[in-house]
Amino acid sequence: MRGDDLRERRIGTLIFELGAEESRCVEPPRADVPQVDLQAALGEQVRTVPPALPHVTEVDIARHYERLASANFGVDSGFYPLGSCTMKYNPKVDEWACRLPGFAGVHPYQPESSAQGALELMWELQGMLGEIAGLPAVTLQPAAGAHGELTGLLVIRAYHSARGDSRKKVLVPDSAHGTNPATVAMCGYEVVQVPSDERGGVDLEALKGLLDTDVAALMLTNPNTLGLFDENIARITEAVHAIGALVYCDGANLNAILGKSRPGDMGFDALHINLHKTFATPHGGGGPGAGPVAVSAQLAEYLPGPVATRDGEGTYSLSIPESSIGRMRSFAGNFGVLVRAYAYMRAMGRLGLAEVSEQAVLSANYLKELLRQAWPLAYDRVCMHEFVLSGAQMRKEHGVRTLDVAKRLLDYGYHPPTVYFPLIVDEAMMIEPTETEGKATLDRFAAVLLRIAEEAAENPDLLHGAPYTTPVRRLDEAAAVKRPDLAWRPGPVVGG
Amino acid sequence: MRFIPVTCEERAEMLAVVGVDSVEELFADLPEDARLARPLALPEPMGEVELAAHLRGLAARNADSEGVVSFLGAGCYDHYIPAIVDAVVSKPAFFTAYTPYQPEVSQGTLQAIYEYQSMVCQLTGMEVANASMYDGATAFAEAALMAVRITKRRRVLVSGAVHPEWLETLRTYVEGGAAVVEAVQSREGVTEAKALTSALADDVAAVMVASPTFFGTLEDVPAIAAATHSAGALLVLGANPILLGVLESPAAQGADIAVAEGQPLGNPMSFGGPGLGMFACRQEHLRQMPGRVAGRTVDVDGRPGFVLTFSTREQHIRREKATSNICSNHALNALAAAVYLSAVGSEGLAGIARSCISKAHYFADALVATGRFAREFAAPFGHEFTLRYRGDVAAMQSAMLERGFLAGLDLGRTSSDLAGLVLFAVTEKRTRVEIDRFVAEVGAL
Ligand SMILES: Cc1ncc(COP(=O)(O)O)c(C=O)c1O
Repeated sequence: MRGDDLRERRIGTLIFELGAEESRCVEPPRADVPQVDLQAALGEQVRTVPPALPHVTEVDIARHYERLASANFGVDSGFYPLGSCTMKYNPKVDEWACRLPGFAGVHPYQPESSAQGALELMWELQGMLGEIAGLPAVTLQPAAGAHGELTGLLVIRAYHSARGDSRKKVLVPDSAHGTNPATVAMCGYEVVQVPSDERGGVDLEALKGLLDTDVAALMLTNPNTLGLFDENIARITEAVHAIGALVYCDGANLNAILGKSRPGDMGFDALHINLHKTFATPHGGGGPGAGPVAVSAQLAEYLPGPVATRDGEGTYSLSIPESSIGRMRSFAGNFGVLVRAYAYMRAMGRLGLAEVSEQAVLSANYLKELLRQAWPLAYDRVCMHEFVLSGAQMRKEHGVRTLDVAKRLLDYGYHPPTVYFPLIVDEAMMIEPTETEGKATLDRFAAVLLRIAEEAAENPDLLHGAPYTTPVRRLDEAAAVKRPDLAWRPGPVVGG
Repeated sequence: MRFIPVTCEERAEMLAVVGVDSVEELFADLPEDARLARPLALPEPMGEVELAAHLRGLAARNADSEGVVSFLGAGCYDHYIPAIVDAVVSKPAFFTAYTPYQPEVSQGTLQAIYEYQSMVCQLTGMEVANASMYDGATAFAEAALMAVRITKRRRVLVSGAVHPEWLETLRTYVEGGAAVVEAVQSREGVTEAKALTSALADDVAAVMVASPTFFGTLEDVPAIAAATHSAGALLVLGANPILLGVLESPAAQGADIAVAEGQPLGNPMSFGGPGLGMFACRQEHLRQMPGRVAGRTVDVDGRPGFVLTFSTREQHIRREKATSNICSNHALNALAAAVYLSAVGSEGLAGIARSCISKAHYFADALVATGRFAREFAAPFGHEFTLRYRGDVAAMQSAMLERGFLAGLDLGRTSSDLAGLVLFAVTEKRTRVEIDRFVAEVGAL
């Protein structure tokens, strides 16, 4: 189907190398007012050397990006069981909705009276997220999960400061995602690591030993990054509250508990929700997402503004909470992402969302049963929406690492699971099937992983060399650091 | 169920394999008092037909750029978006992918990021750029934190002429005590040179300005750079990416870190988000830069390919020692920007910038000629400018909205000191006919 020329040019040919000096795609509109003399208008600051941007036609652009797209794997390409990331299907109607001119063409500073539909959507979304969280106050401002973490911890900091209480530490389990300790550090707190117990939960005794009045908060993911619901959650939040500290929930794993359990009811004071995970907005090749934060009533006044409000007459507006920590970014939030999440939630409705979690959890447990004969489970318990296998034994017996297994999966047409996370599991492989995959997909995937386990025993080198069928094979990451090539630059002859 | 393909029969088979009778048993770890004993209080599901109608109804209650003629900017701009941009970002292989942690099946995203980084370097004159931040404001805040790490100093001087939301975001980001932010007074719509020099000292990590400023004026960046560098501080410059088609690059003007709101490059206004945080710096500071970076390398067969690199700066490797907590960024908006810049090219970008500037100057002159507006600042400006209105700004704006115009931003809304001032922005989409009509209508109020 594809000519040799296309195949050769698939990877590596840069857009800067296409087209010719005279190639053009979109030209500026014809001048209908007198053109300013730039030197006269702007003075000294006029650019003398133009930026070297591509010179290409629209056909060049269309083919270039089609080629790049063909070298990419997305949820629409196939099964993407990337643990912790909830790579569920992204409904097409959501993409249509966010592009409606009445959403995409709205300016953040136009009068509120001329943006009532947008504000209503935000207000409704705040309410739905608050109901799911079991926490009454919601800000839609944060742009991603990590941004939500920063928001939540700054809110907690403001809460303590308002009490004249300057606490210094935040507790973070050893199973936590890297953004958690990074966020704690950005907030000027010291990170104190909490060990996990032999069942994969927070070690309650160790936690109690770490709790003192210098602790501002515990940051916890529940279900946690092992895919396990912490059975002691009520005792944990109670112990933390007993010393006047608060509990923050990393809501990355909310897809397991929609309509089943609410972080607010577990005793959490604040939570971020990754709309790009749980509420089906696309990951975009790395973003944009959205990380709304829900908090308890006592924290509501500290939320960053603006938040959407509604008055008695049903008029919507934006307002800044009373003791707000301030802004986390420009404008009110990643509105285009909020539209998609809102559309998804309305499509699913109250029962549909509970069914999402039921199926996500069932599918994970099913897949776990199919795989456990070949890969030891890190923790042999009923899991939530994901589970973690350990490749330690395979490494010891066959010299095959989890990385090799992941690369071999690429040859079979699957995106690998998350690997080497969480850090507390040796040779970790974290699998999250999500509810949007059928049973046949799960069966085929399991069969392939079991086949790979056989390959590992029979012919380890086959796995060491994988992948073989991808647009490129394993890349030299050390060379990328040793000889950094982070941007194309025009050669001396280009442009004359 | 929509988006849940498992059938009832399959569900029963799956339960049998797991060895439970019902899905409820799988939730046994949830303690009783943490369970929700009732269904969520949310609306009933909607089929796609109803949903589409509902969403269309919400959208119809917003004035949008197809229905009104907008002279609003202030950080979010109504530029033309070439059709090819959405054609590319709508490709599922781009938008349904995750962060390219498996480079063998993510070459499309990785190469697109590398090309984006290259274009940002071209625009800013810098040597390295990251794969994006959330928006201009957060890029600005992260630049301050980066300057603090590099210089090991803690005072940050921020021009009072930057976008107030950038300043507010920066203040929030340093709540944890990483830096002490001091605003430097502005005069005539630009940073006051005297105030800056008297605040500068050898404990200043960074001077942070934007050019164009919030008011649309251009700063004397080389002079600010000279003063900044003589105190051993770094200059962080906020730029406008469209104007960089005709304005000297931040690096050439003496900036050490350049940031910008990238929304104008092919991204819809979308009520203010998602935007795009552009971030670039000099090679020597690479290891202190926040965010992801893609680099070019080779695979085991010697074929060229791309990877995420210098990851030891990032949270998933360095945890609390990372340069930032950022994980998801705005990759798809960066892709849109790269497609946009490819579509317009350097001549096109310069042409669009010149078109915006010409129309803005034509518009400003015509407004002043009505006698209802007066020029407020003498400094040069690009495609955005501040005028004083001789009358009630809010009343003028609502009268003009009735006539189908968004009549700029009432600066009195951002600060009471600025009451009476209006900030207008003009993009290449505005026509002389629209401008003339606005001028005639506003003059007749
Ligand atoms: C457990 C967990 N926490 C936090 C994050 C960060 O979320 P984001 O990428 O939206 O900033 C992730 C994302 O990968 C995650 O899996």
